[in-house]
Amino acid sequence: MGRISIWVSLAVLLLALPWASSGYVVFLACLCGVNIVATLGLNITTGYTGLLSLSHAGFVAVGAYTTALLSNHWGVPILVCILLSGVMASLVGGIFGLPSFRLKGIYLAVATLAAQYTIIFALRQGGPITGGDSGLVVSIPQIGGLALDTNQKFYFVVLAVTVLAIWISRNLFFTRIGRAFIAIRERDFTAEVFGINLMRYKALAFMIGAFYAGVAGSLLAGFMRVVTPEQFSLTESVFYLAAVVVGGAGSIAGSIIGAVFMTLIPEFIAFALESTQEAFGFRAIAILGSVREIVFGGMIVAFLVFEPRGLSEVARRIWARLKRTKSSSSDNAHSKHT
Amino acid sequence: MMFLEYSLIGIAAGGIYGLLALGFVFIFMASGVFNFATGQMMMLGAYFFLAFSKIPGLPWWAAFALAILGSIVVAIILEWVVIRRLIGQPVISAVMVTMGLGWMLQGTASLIWGQVPQQLPDVLPRAPIFIGEILVPGRSVWGFVIAIAVALASVVYFRYSRTGVALRATASDQITAYSMGINVPASIRLTWIMAAISTTFAGVIAGSINGVTPELSNVAISVIAVVLLGGVNSVGGVIIAGLMMGWLETISGVYLGGHWREVIPYLAVLLVLLVRPSGLFGSKLVERI
Repeated sequence: MGRISIWVSLAVLLLALPWASSGYVVFLACLCGVNIVATLGLNITTGYTGLLSLSHAGFVAVGAYTTALLSNHWGVPILVCILLSGVMASLVGGIFGLPSFRLKGIYLAVATLAAQYTIIFALRQGGPITGGDSGLVVSIPQIGGLALDTNQKFYFVVLAVTVLAIWISRNLFFTRIGRAFIAIRERDFTAEVFGINLMRYKALAFMIGAFYAGVAGSLLAGFMRVVTPEQFSLTESVFYLAAVVVGGAGSIAGSIIGAVFMTLIPEFIAFALESTQEAFGFRAIAILGSVREIVFGGMIVAFLVFEPRGLSEVARRIWARLKRTKSSSSDNAHSKHT
Repeated sequence: MMFLEYSLIGIAAGGIYGLLALGFVFIFMASGVFNFATGQMMMLGAYFFLAFSKIPGLPWWAAFALAILGSIVVAIILEWVVIRRLIGQPVISAVMVTMGLGWMLQGTASLIWGQVPQQLPDVLPRAPIFIGEILVPGRSVWGFVIAIAVALASVVYFRYSRTGVALRATASDQITAYSMGINVPASIRLTWIMAAISTTFAGVIAGSINGVTPELSNVAISVIAVVLLGGVNSVGGVIIAGLMMGWLETISGVYLGGHWREVIPYLAVLLVLLVRPSGLFGSKLVERI
């Protein structure tokens, strides 16, 4: 099977998904798409540029609330909402990225923690504009007069945006900007000597990462149709970091694998607990949250200790081994002839 | 008058922050690891005390000693199995790993003990205490006194004992400490043991004032702010910063509303860091190239 046929069958599979599967699967697919976009953004800020950010969920929240407000009050079409949410989040990201000129490593992480708390605080205190603790209900997203009232329809928006986001971030690292990010991660002092304006590029790394987060938030608002401050807590920020780490920091494929893996793992845990609860005599719902915490935490620890380059590295190694066994068996066939 | 009363209560609450921050700083100085699992270690200490105090016939001080022992065992295992393997990895890894460990501890605790708040046995005297004309809850005062006493004791230990000196040598230069014959891994393990002791004290004090739930670990979110406010490499600084933070939180909670408690510590730290990146009392960390 050639490279092209793999891509074609993947495309057919993704396009046919809404017709071929249940609403639950489509919902999960949408969630995967959203998390892929958000994780790509965090991987640009943290994985490629090396700026540890704990406020990614806050930037996702900015995007989600922007979309909610735009479509509720002015009936702005969803594609415009997505763009404007990205812009809004990147502005907020740029402001909170300002400390990164002076702060490094752990100090920067705590500055971003401040950003996370401030954003959620503002949303809680926003009164009737943000709906306080109970959040906002989002009106049905529109696209050129067509109402995207089901997940099946909205799925195609998520799919298109996710593919575009992957394509853009892949190409970002062939440009001067992307190279500058990697240089900053490796050693920012040296990068500066090479003529990279640290201030500008660090702010840019935050803004691009937050732009992705805003787009992800907009998509999330579009298919969840409700936004609350709780959806974007610090735990979610750590979730995105975990997706970056588990998938592979500084890898586009890693962001995709990590986001999908982290999105599906809770479903597997829930499924495993529900199917064994009668045999072992416990109530799955009662312990689901605790087990999820243990598994998430355990995965972060295990990957960082044993495979710091993440699942993408594991996948690459397996792939290389498969190739080697294939080529070595054909080599053997050759050597018999000579 | 009210202001003074709330100030005293706030400073008393800050004693726990100072104690927790100290555990943070010891680990950071010896190994450069920022322990985001501090809150969970503290919560676990409180639960250990709760579990051991339920053993019939066991006096509370024995239960407390067992709780400290349990926390030390957990800390040694964490350091030995996980943290030691991170040597030479970037800062981000250590942050993420300790966060992951924190989640594991949190999940385990809520799996074993559930989400329902539980009452610790009354150890601290309840009778309110008058300071001049101001009335302060007894448990707050005694909690503060104990927290500060433990903090000062560990500072003295750090400064004057033989192992403390070895610890400081490790902190100032790991390679040189190695070549002078100091057992560096043992020093690092010692910092984790000290952190286990201080977090258990803090957990039992905080737990006997507010009750114990797995959410007790959230207290330590402020502690991270305290450490940066004081300066990561300043032993005395973080204790003072802890008291300041306790005061700031209580005062802003009273005069601005409870919601502000969550943001004020971090906004304060953000402002201080922008002006003084190494904290109020920290010395500048030199970056070697």
